[in-house]
Amino acid sequence: MMHFSKALLLTGVLALSACANADRFGNKYDSANGGAGAGNGAQAGMPAPNTPAYFQQAIGDRVFFVVDQSDLTPEGRTVLDGQAQWLMANADYLAVIEGHADEQGTREYNLALGARRANAVMEYLISQGVAPNRLRFVSYGKERPVELCSDEACYSKNRRAVTVIASGATS
Amino acid sequence: MKSLLALLALGAGLAMPALPAVAQSGPLRIEITDGVIEPLPFAVPTFVAESSDAAAMAEQLTRVIADDLTGTGLFREVPREAFISTVTSFSSPVQFADWKAINTQALITGAVSQAGGQITVKFRVYDVFAGTELGSGLQFAGPAEGWRRMAHKVADAVYSRITGEGGYFDSRVVFVSETGTKDDRRKRLGIMDYDGANVQYLTDSSTIVLAPRFSPLGDQVLYTSYESGFPRIKVLSVGTVSSRTLEAGEGTMSFAPRFAPNGQMVIYSLTTGSNTDIYAMDVASGAQTRLTNTPAIETAPSFSPDGGQIVFESDRSGTQQLYIMPAGGGEAQRISFGEGRYGTPVWSPRGDLIAFTKQNNGRFHIGVMRTDGSEERLLTASFLDEGPTWAPNGRVIMFTRETQGAQGAASLYTVDVSGRNLKPVRTPDGASDPSWGPLQ
Repeated sequence: MMHFSKALLLTGVLALSACANADRFGNKYDSANGGAGAGNGAQAGMPAPNTPAYFQQAIGDRVFFVVDQSDLTPEGRTVLDGQAQWLMANADYLAVIEGHADEQGTREYNLALGARRANAVMEYLISQGVAPNRLRFVSYGKERPVELCSDEACYSKNRRAVTVIASGATS
Repeated sequence: MKSLLALLALGAGLAMPALPAVAQSGPLRIEITDGVIEPLPFAVPTFVAESSDAAAMAEQLTRVIADDLTGTGLFREVPREAFISTVTSFSSPVQFADWKAINTQALITGAVSQAGGQITVKFRVYDVFAGTELGSGLQFAGPAEGWRRMAHKVADAVYSRITGEGGYFDSRVVFVSETGTKDDRRKRLGIMDYDGANVQYLTDSSTIVLAPRFSPLGDQVLYTSYESGFPRIKVLSVGTVSSRTLEAGEGTMSFAPRFAPNGQMVIYSLTTGSNTDIYAMDVASGAQTRLTNTPAIETAPSFSPDGGQIVFESDRSGTQQLYIMPAGGGEAQRISFGEGRYGTPVWSPRGDLIAFTKQNNGRFHIGVMRTDGSEERLLTASFLDEGPTWAPNGRVIMFTRETQGAQGAASLYTVDVSGRNLKPVRTPDGASDPSWGPLQ
């Protein structure tokens, strides 16, 4: 059994320029502008299928949720089916699932709600065959919005769970 | 003849136990119109400088005292331009007629002397219309750099004598200082005087920090940090600014901590899988006890001041609501039944009220209710108000207000428990998650 948190290393998906901080989530956002997989990574051409960049761009690293809900939508399940297949085909990688909430809620509740969302994704991936010891979750509550307006157009993008691929130092 | 006490009777609010009903002299006269009190006029002539180098200090001290009293909304300063008498000596008799003529009801006189690095402040409070001193003169001495604290102590003493309630000016607030835009927000812990002065930082902004909470004595702060990549509760010593993590277990998240009134126990939320429950931890041994056990989100616990009960929020009914359970866990009683959702309950230091955040029809409110859920009153309304914390005397609530849109930013506000006197707390940057410490 891997000792997950100690062995966790972020891959280059996020263009971690000048990230001097060894903290997993500290400086990441300084360069990635608001959360793992914030952008669509507008790079020319498609990365190789076995890369985290491919996972993020071609398969889709995130699913969205209804207000105050953590149930997966049919669209979400489709994305997660792809994620599960990729994870099973690329067994060297680990993943951290980040749960998020929109700003319409109290801080503590949103932390717990983000955890529910991340877990809904994690449990689905496990149900599709991904080994539980390759997955971990964390909630950011409302701390890391990717869209900034105070309207449903933004809220619907912020109510998300993002699967962040990490390379595991396998033991 | 009327007494200051009677004039300041803070009627109407359910929150306040009636002020001492017995005035010191004369019949009661209460000036209340529809629950709005007439602020009591006071005069505070610049304290007499009793040593040649104390003049600037005396002026600053006097301003802080006046600002403390005016800031409560219960007092109104009579402008200096109106003064007839001048006070040039702390010991000379007061010309009550001169102060009566300009309708001053409370007169505060004082003197400051400075020697070496020490200052000494003495003061008296007079009930002008009764023509008597209220209480007796007091003296504080301390290092010159602590002059603001001495001013707050004077103001606390004046406030207590006139209202009959404990003061709150000589207290500190720990909070989250915020800079950067919404998608690049940097957060670090700050500590400051209750009025926003003397801000110091307790952490850097290299990782997310949330919701600091003072210990009952104000010497320690619990907070949630993402230093490990996952939310974990840390306890920080204010004196040494050193911190340690309260270990909660691999693969979990721990957050929303608060001390028990005895300072030995911490209650908090622990998330395992999709489920968030409330736990208690003995700070010394690290031993954990589970207090709730449902599949619902249970968070934001807060002890009653006697340590016997815990108020918390749960969505076990389908939406966020407030519940009270025994301190050791067990059956919980729902206390919120109004429209909308209720969260972040905090027990008042007097024990009679619960302050909370309410979300209804797209608006947020700070409100209070009795501990049985009755007599709910909303004190504020905005796009996003949350996270109330009580002044040590239970009279004022501080909270976070966040503005909407891409430029949205958080700042701190205070409001009287009666709903009056809503005003911002001036901080150098954005600010959120205040926790009001004890009277020092």
